[in-house]
Amino acid sequence: MKRILLLGLLMGTALAAAPLRLATTTSVNDSGLLDALLPGFTQETGIPVQVIAVGTGQALAIAGRGDADAVLVHAPDLEARFLREGKGVAHACIAYNNFVIAGPASDPARVAGAASALEAMRRIYAAGAPFVSRGDNSGTYHRERALWKAAGLEPDGQPWYLESGSGMGATLALAAEKRAYTLTDLGTYLFMKDKVELAGLYDRPDPLMLNQYGYMVVNPERFAHVNAEAAYALRAYLLRPDVQQRIGAYLKDRFGKSLFNPLYGRCKVEVEP
Amino acid sequence: MTLPWAEVVEIAARSLGVAAAATFLAALVGLPLGVWLGARPRKGGLGAQVLLYAGMGLPPVVVGLVFYFLLSRSGPLGGLGLLFTPVAMVLAEAVLAFPMVAGFTLAAVRARADGVRRLVRGLGGSERQVLTTLLWESRRPIVAALAAGFGAAISEVGAATIVGGDIRHHTRVLTTAVVLETRKGELESALALGAVLLGVTLVATAILVVWGERR
Amino acid sequence: MIRARGLVRRYPGFELAVEALEVPTGRFVTVIGPSGAGKSTLLRLLAGLEEPCAGAVERRGRVVFLDQDRTVLERSVLANATFGLELAGVRRREAERRVRPWLERVGLADKLRQPAQLLSGGERARLALVRALATEPDVLLLDEPTQALDPGNVALAEALLREAHAQGRALVLVTHNLYQARRLGEETWFLLGGRLVEAGPSEQLFTRPEREVTRAYVAGEMVY
Repeated sequence: MKRILLLGLLMGTALAAAPLRLATTTSVNDSGLLDALLPGFTQETGIPVQVIAVGTGQALAIAGRGDADAVLVHAPDLEARFLREGKGVAHACIAYNNFVIAGPASDPARVAGAASALEAMRRIYAAGAPFVSRGDNSGTYHRERALWKAAGLEPDGQPWYLESGSGMGATLALAAEKRAYTLTDLGTYLFMKDKVELAGLYDRPDPLMLNQYGYMVVNPERFAHVNAEAAYALRAYLLRPDVQQRIGAYLKDRFGKSLFNPLYGRCKVEVEP
Repeated sequence: MTLPWAEVVEIAARSLGVAAAATFLAALVGLPLGVWLGARPRKGGLGAQVLLYAGMGLPPVVVGLVFYFLLSRSGPLGGLGLLFTPVAMVLAEAVLAFPMVAGFTLAAVRARADGVRRLVRGLGGSERQVLTTLLWESRRPIVAALAAGFGAAISEVGAATIVGGDIRHHTRVLTTAVVLETRKGELESALALGAVLLGVTLVATAILVVWGERR
Repeated sequence: MIRARGLVRRYPGFELAVEALEVPTGRFVTVIGPSGAGKSTLLRLLAGLEEPCAGAVERRGRVVFLDQDRTVLERSVLANATFGLELAGVRRREAERRVRPWLERVGLADKLRQPAQLLSGGERARLALVRALATEPDVLLLDEPTQALDPGNVALAEALLREAHAQGRALVLVTHNLYQARRLGEETWFLLGGRLVEAGPSEQLFTRPEREVTRAYVAGEMVY
C-alpha cells in the first residue's frame, strides 16, 4: 500500500510543472499574504512556487543574477533601474499601502500633529528624538532616506540616529525598546502592534508615504533558463480582479483596514525603465 | 508556537538530514586526510595543521557567499541549478564541518602515531596497515570529531540562509526558521524552535557517542 | 638472519657508526652499553623501522621488533594477542586458536575479553611477548623486554625467550641487566658513544674482555 502511495506521489510530482522561484521582500512574505494567495495559484496551474524572502536589495540582486524567475518588491526607483538594466520585463503594479511613522506613545517630537510626512520628519530632527532606521537596502529604508532628503535634512552622524540593519519586525522591537521613532510599512506595524509598545503616530495618506508593490518577470532573453511561462502566469493571476479583491480583503476583518490595497493594474507611481 | 507541528517535524527532519549528509561528506574527505596527515613520520605537515585549525574559525557567511557566487546562475557552476536547494546547503555545511573533522582527527592520530607505527612495523606490517590501525585506535576521538562537525553543520544559519534561501517546504531548516520567527516578532515560536534544535542535536550526538562506545 | 654493512645513522649531536654486524641464524645476541650509546637506534635500524643515513641492512626471514613501550591497542587482550598474526593475513578465528595456548602459558587466559588498557606493566610485557612469538619470527629484536618487571615476570619472560631460541630463532636483546645479558646471550655486543666497542662470545666478554673500557663497564663502573 505504501509503495502505491509513494509511486503516485512520485508520478504526481513528475507531472507537476517546474517550480516558480519568486524573490520577494521580508515584509511582503512575513505578512502572510503570499501564504494566503499562492496555494490557489498552485492548485489552478499546478505550478509550485518557491518563495525566497530577503531584503529588497538582496531580492533584486538575486533576480538580477538570474537566480529567480520573478521578483516582487516595493521600491519603485529600484524597480525602474532593474527594468533599465534589462534584467526585468513586464512590470505590473499589484497593490499599495502606506508607510507609517511609529513612535513612543508619549510622542516627545509631536509627530501626531504634523500636517505632512516631511513636517513629521522635521519635527523629529528638530527634537533630536531617537530614530531607528532599517539601514539596509530595503524599500522602507529607501523611502526613509528619500523623506530625509526631501525635507533637506541629513541624519547621518547624528547621535540620535540608529541603524538597525535588521528586518522590519526586529527594527520595531528595537525602536520600542529605545522609545524611538521609526518608519514602517503598515502591514508589519499592524502585526507587531500588540507585541511592542509603539503608537502609529503619522499614518495619513500622504503621497510621499505611498508604498507601492511591483512585480517583474526576470528577463528570459537575458537568462535563458528562467521559467518565464510560470512567471507570466503568476503575474496574470495576481492581476486578476477576483485575486485583487482577495488581496484587498486579506486580514481586513482582523485589523479593520486593508493591509494591501489592490491597484487593478493601475500604478499610482509610474515605473518607467 | 505559530507553526503547525507537522511543519516543525518537516523542518527538523530537514535540519537533521542536511547536517548528517554534510557531516558524512566532511568525514569522507576529512577522516582519511586527518589520519594521513597525523601519521606522517616527520614534523612536516605543519602547514596543513595551521590551515585546518584556522579553518575551524571559517566565517560561515563567507563560505555561504562563496558558494552563492559559485552556484548562482550567473556563476561558473550555475548550469547545475543547485542554488536554493538542500544540496547547496549540504555542500556549504560540509565545507564548514570539514576542518573540525579533519583537524580533530589529525590531533588524535598524531598522539598515537609513533607508538602504533613502531608496533605495526615491528610486527612486520606495512605502512598502509599502520594507517588502518591508527584509524581504528583513534575511533573515540574521531567520534568526537564527527560530533563537532555535525554540531557545526546543524547550527549553521549564515551560509544556510544565503545558499538555501529559507524557502518554505524546500530549504527551510530549524536555524533559518528561528531567524524568520524572530524577524516576524514571534519570539516564543523562535524559542520553541530553538529548543527543538537543541533537542535534535542532543539526541543525534548521543546516538553517535553511544554507537562509538560500543565498538 | 640479519647482516649489516657500513651502517651510519646521524641525529643532531649524535652519530651511530657500525662497520659490519651479523646476526647468524639461531644466534642469541645480547646488547649492552650505557644510556645514549645507540642501542635502541641500532635495534631499530636492524628491524627496518629506521633508514640508515649510509650503509645497508640485509634481512632474511621474518623479523619482529618489540618496543620498550609495550604498546597495547585499545581492544581486548585476545584481540591484542592476535594482532601480529592478523597483520600477516591470518584469519581471526585461526589466529585466536593459535594464540590461546600462549595466553594460557603466560597466565592471561582468564582475561581474554578484558580491555588490554587495564593490564599491569608485567601483564602488558607478557602480552607483547605472546603477540610477537605467536607470529613465529625467525629473528626477534627486543628492546629491554624485562625492564621494571618483578622477578617472577622476568623469569617467565626469559623462559619464553629461551624456548624461542631452542626452536631455532635468532634473538637480539638489548638490556641494562648485565646478569641477564650474560645469562641469556651466546654473543654479546658492547656499544659506547655510537660505536661497537667490542663483540664476542658472551662468557668471554664478561670474564676476559679485550678492551679496558669493556672491563670497566661490566664491572659496574661509569664509562663515557
